[in-house]
Amino acid sequence: MSNKFHHSVYLQEELCRGCINCIKRCPTKAIRVQNGKAHIIKEFCIDCGECIRHCPHHAKLARRDHLDKLSGYEYTVALPAPSLYCQFNNLTDVNIVLTALLRIGFDDVFEVSAAAELVSEESRRYVNNHPERWPIISTACPTVERLIRVRFPNLIEHLLPLLPPVEVAARLARQRAVERTGLPPEKIGIFFLSPCPSKVAFMKSPLGIDKSGLDGVMAIKDIYQILLSHMKEAEQDTQNLSISGKIGVGWGMAGGEAAGMILDSYLAADGIENVIQVLEDLEDEKFTSNLQFIELNACHAGCVGGVLNVENPFLAKAKLKQLNRYMPVSLQHRSDYPAFDRNLLYFTEEITYEPVYNLGNNLAESMENLKTVEALMKKFPGLDCGSCGAPTCRALAEDIVRGFAKEDDCIYLLRDYYHRLQKSQLLKEEENET
Amino acid sequence: MSSSLRFEYQVSGEDFTLAGEASSDIKNKLKQMGVDPTAVRKVAIAMYEGEINMVIHGGGGEISVEILPDRIIMELVDHGPGIADIDLAMQEGYSTAPDQIRSLGFGAGMGLPNMKKYSDEMNIFSAVGEGTRVHMVVNF
Repeated sequence: MSNKFHHSVYLQEELCRGCINCIKRCPTKAIRVQNGKAHIIKEFCIDCGECIRHCPHHAKLARRDHLDKLSGYEYTVALPAPSLYCQFNNLTDVNIVLTALLRIGFDDVFEVSAAAELVSEESRRYVNNHPERWPIISTACPTVERLIRVRFPNLIEHLLPLLPPVEVAARLARQRAVERTGLPPEKIGIFFLSPCPSKVAFMKSPLGIDKSGLDGVMAIKDIYQILLSHMKEAEQDTQNLSISGKIGVGWGMAGGEAAGMILDSYLAADGIENVIQVLEDLEDEKFTSNLQFIELNACHAGCVGGVLNVENPFLAKAKLKQLNRYMPVSLQHRSDYPAFDRNLLYFTEEITYEPVYNLGNNLAESMENLKTVEALMKKFPGLDCGSCGAPTCRALAEDIVRGFAKEDDCIYLLRDYYHRLQKSQLLKEEENET
Repeated sequence: MSSSLRFEYQVSGEDFTLAGEASSDIKNKLKQMGVDPTAVRKVAIAMYEGEINMVIHGGGGEISVEILPDRIIMELVDHGPGIADIDLAMQEGYSTAPDQIRSLGFGAGMGLPNMKKYSDEMNIFSAVGEGTRVHMVVNF
């Protein structure tokens, strides 16, 4: 595998003022301010995009591709996320958006929602056939997957071993493009129009497979304006391009994937802090009901809440509901794909625990370090003020045992030290006078 | 090398929502120590069950935890009514939990049996009117 911790989120240094907004908002405590600039600890980062959302100076950005990348391919296919459809006002037909995508330079479109319907169908089968692994946890959100990989080793066995719809869409789109054009696969460019940075991270270092079928990931907010400007004309000459229904489009909002499972008992949680709470409780077996399936979205309201969208997440969700009210239930079925390969949908690689939070290289070392952390915690004020550059006193204590920080990074300890110094200086002066 | 870490927790007998704080804290410390995930899971479940019991039956109490390089020792002490018949209490499905607790999804009579199942060693010391002390060990 290439880099296991490839990220989309990065810092534009000249914009960073070294404030503590991002370090306090990061759900995995992955950011430190050092020498006046924010640094991301790459092993801890799960590309949720919360720092992008909250940085008041817009110094946190998501690496992504732009439309100029289309020229590198002979034939290009756009994969619109379901959340793209609800970024516009008064849209009645998703075909207008799809037609406009062709007008801005793509040769073809393949809806991620179409692939989502196949994933829904296979998920239903998988969940029903594997009661021993209940509750089965969705793997559609790469951020949740990465979170589980570093923090919840006991839940890895509950992960649904199916690829996220975007990856299935990339594979189907390439197959279709090869059939339509006769071009070799590498001349075809497959681009996801994404609501969030985590899909960029997925493309560069996917979990569950060796290599992603995507050639690029573009941000919905980047193509929004140019797309909007072509939608008027597209409305006059709309092509019938949509191949998905309610179940597929519903994946764009929280609860959509779970609803498409048609199960007796499921849970759907959204927002990264809620997701963490559910996973903690699940790990401790605090859930007494027999859940079959758990859908988790790192963003509030689901993918519509992704940080690369334009519209308010909750309004977007309302629009998506309106839009899919009159759609057919589902237009994609596995039986329509006679040469259906299991590997098209399933993981081919195992996800393994990455113990990045360990305090030492072995148990004895970790134990000694934990002792030091506890001793430091007794010294620190416990204010979690962030002035040292770490989000909490505990994070600073852990940084110290890992060798990344020192005790007097704590301004309170430094102040005490200063006072003591001043006092002893005064005493000396007094002694000298007498 | 003989090395150990000790942690003490107070468990409130009033607030249901706080039950699980101690086990969650210990769980995260064990994870950071790189303890085998299977053992971490056993500790988290056994200790959480114990904490819940302390709230439901024991009116709160104290937990002391000692982490050693090869095992963890948990000592849960409450000052509640005590257990009249320990053998009966250990039976799966036997519960004295009141109805309002059952309506919250607890009181299935699996607390003590689960603590026994998920720990490698468990002893209960209890007498009516004198509270209960549960001693559990999980090996790493």
